Amino acid sequence: MGIGEIILISLVKILLIISLLFLTVSYLTYFERKISAWVQNRIGPNRVGWKGLLQPFADVFKLMLKEDIVPEKADRIIHLLAPMIALFVAFSTFAVIPFGPEVHLFGYDIPLVVADVNMGVLFVLALTSLSVYGLTLAGWSSGSKYSLLGGIRSSAQMISYEISMGFSIGGVLLLSESLRPIAIVESQSGWMWNAIVQPIGFITFLVSAFAETNRLPFDLPEAEPELVGGFHTEYSSMKFAAFFLSEYANMIIASGLIVTLYLGGWQIPYIDLLGLPSGLVALLQVGAFIFKLVAILFFFLWVRWSLPRFRYDQLMNLGWKVMFPLSLINIIWVALLIMIFGL
Amino acid sequence: MLESYIPIFIVMFFATVIALGITFSSMLLGPQRPNKEKLSTYESGMKPVGTTRERISIKYYLVAMLFIIFDLEVLFIYPWAVQFKKLFAEFGISIFISMFIFLVVFELGYLYAYKKGGFEWD
Repeated sequence: MGIGEIILISLVKILLIISLLFLTVSYLTYFERKISAWVQNRIGPNRVGWKGLLQPFADVFKLMLKEDIVPEKADRIIHLLAPMIALFVAFSTFAVIPFGPEVHLFGYDIPLVVADVNMGVLFVLALTSLSVYGLTLAGWSSGSKYSLLGGIRSSAQMISYEISMGFSIGGVLLLSESLRPIAIVESQSGWMWNAIVQPIGFITFLVSAFAETNRLPFDLPEAEPELVGGFHTEYSSMKFAAFFLSEYANMIIASGLIVTLYLGGWQIPYIDLLGLPSGLVALLQVGAFIFKLVAILFFFLWVRWSLPRFRYDQLMNLGWKVMFPLSLINIIWVALLIMIFGL
Repeated sequence: MLESYIPIFIVMFFATVIALGITFSSMLLGPQRPNKEKLSTYESGMKPVGTTRERISIKYYLVAMLFIIFDLEVLFIYPWAVQFKKLFAEFGISIFISMFIFLVVFELGYLYAYKKGGFEWD
C-alpha cells in the first residue's frame, strides 16, 4: 500500500469513528439521565423529541449560545488551554483501540483499528498521563479556591491510580507478549479472556479506570457538596461542555480498553467452529465488541447511581494500600500460571 | 513499519481541530455582556475571602514523589513482561527469580514509606 492509500483509508476510518464517538457521547449523557431517573423512580428528560431523544442536541446548542465568562482573577491563557488539553486527549486515545478483526474490502486488507501500532498500550498510558494536566491546569488557572482544591485532588487521585493501572496491564502483557492491542486481543482466544485468567488484575484495572475517569464513587475532584463544581467551577458555556464531553469520551475509551485488555476484544468464543462466511463473522465480531462496550458503559452508569462517594483518605488508602499490592500480586500470579501451566 | 504511525498524526490533527472548534464556538456565538459581579470569583454568592493561592498540604507533594518512583517501577516491569515467555523457555525459572528479587527490593521501599506514614491521610 502506498502512502496515499494509507492516508485515504485511515481518513475514512477516523471520520467514521469520530462521528460515532460524538454520537455515543451525546447519547451517553442522555442515557445517564434516563438511567438515573430509572434508578430514582423518576421519568427523566422527555420533552425534546420523541421520549426526549433530541435532548443532547438541545443541550449542546444551548451551551453554545451561552456567554463565555472568564473570571477576572483567572489566568486567561491557561484557562483557555485546559479544556483544549482535556478534549485533545479524549479524542485521540481511541486511535489504538481495535473494534473488529481484519476485513477484506475493495481488494485491501483493512484492520478495524485506526492505527495498528506496536506500542499502542504505551500510547494510551502516555495520553492518560496527559489528561491529568487538563484537570490540574483548569483548577489552578481559574483563580478560585474550589477549583484549586478540585484540581489538586484530581491530580493526586489520578496519579495514585495510574500506578495500579500500569501494574494491572503488566499482567496482560505477560500473556500477550506484545504491546499491540490487536495482539492482546488475539492472545485471548476462546474463553482465555484475561478477566477469567487474572480476575485480580481485572478488578484492579476496573477500579483504577473508575478513578482515572473521575466517575463516582471516585468523583472527588468535583464533589458537589464540598467543592461546588470542583475544577470546572469557573467554566461556562462550551468550555464547561468541553470537560463534560471529555469525561464521557474518556468513559467510552476506558470501556474500550477494558474490553480490549480483559474481555477478549471483538472475539466471540468458538465462532469459527460454526463455519459462517467470513464477512458475517466480521460483522458479528464488531457487534460483539459494541455489545461488550455498551455493557461496560451501563456498568459505569449503574455504579454511579448506586454507590455513595468515597472520603478522600479512604480513596487514597484504597489506591496505595489495597490496589497497589493487589496489582503486584496479580503479576506474580500470572507469571506463576505461565510457569506452571505454560499458558 | 513507520507508516503505521501516520493515522495517529491524522487523529491528533482532528482532535486539535475539535478542541479548538468546541472551545471557541461559544466565544463566537454567545453574547458578551461582562459586568463586575459576573467576573468575580464564585464563592457561593458571598464576597470572595482571602487569596486563592493558598498553601497546600505537603502530602500532595509526597504522593507526587512516590508516584514517580513507582511509575518507574512499572516501566521496568513492561519489557520483562513482554519478553517473559521467550526468556522463560530459554533460561528457565531464573528469569522469574531475578524479577522477584527486584520487586522485593522495591517493595522494601514501599514498606518503608508505609511505616513512615507516607500513605496516611487525616
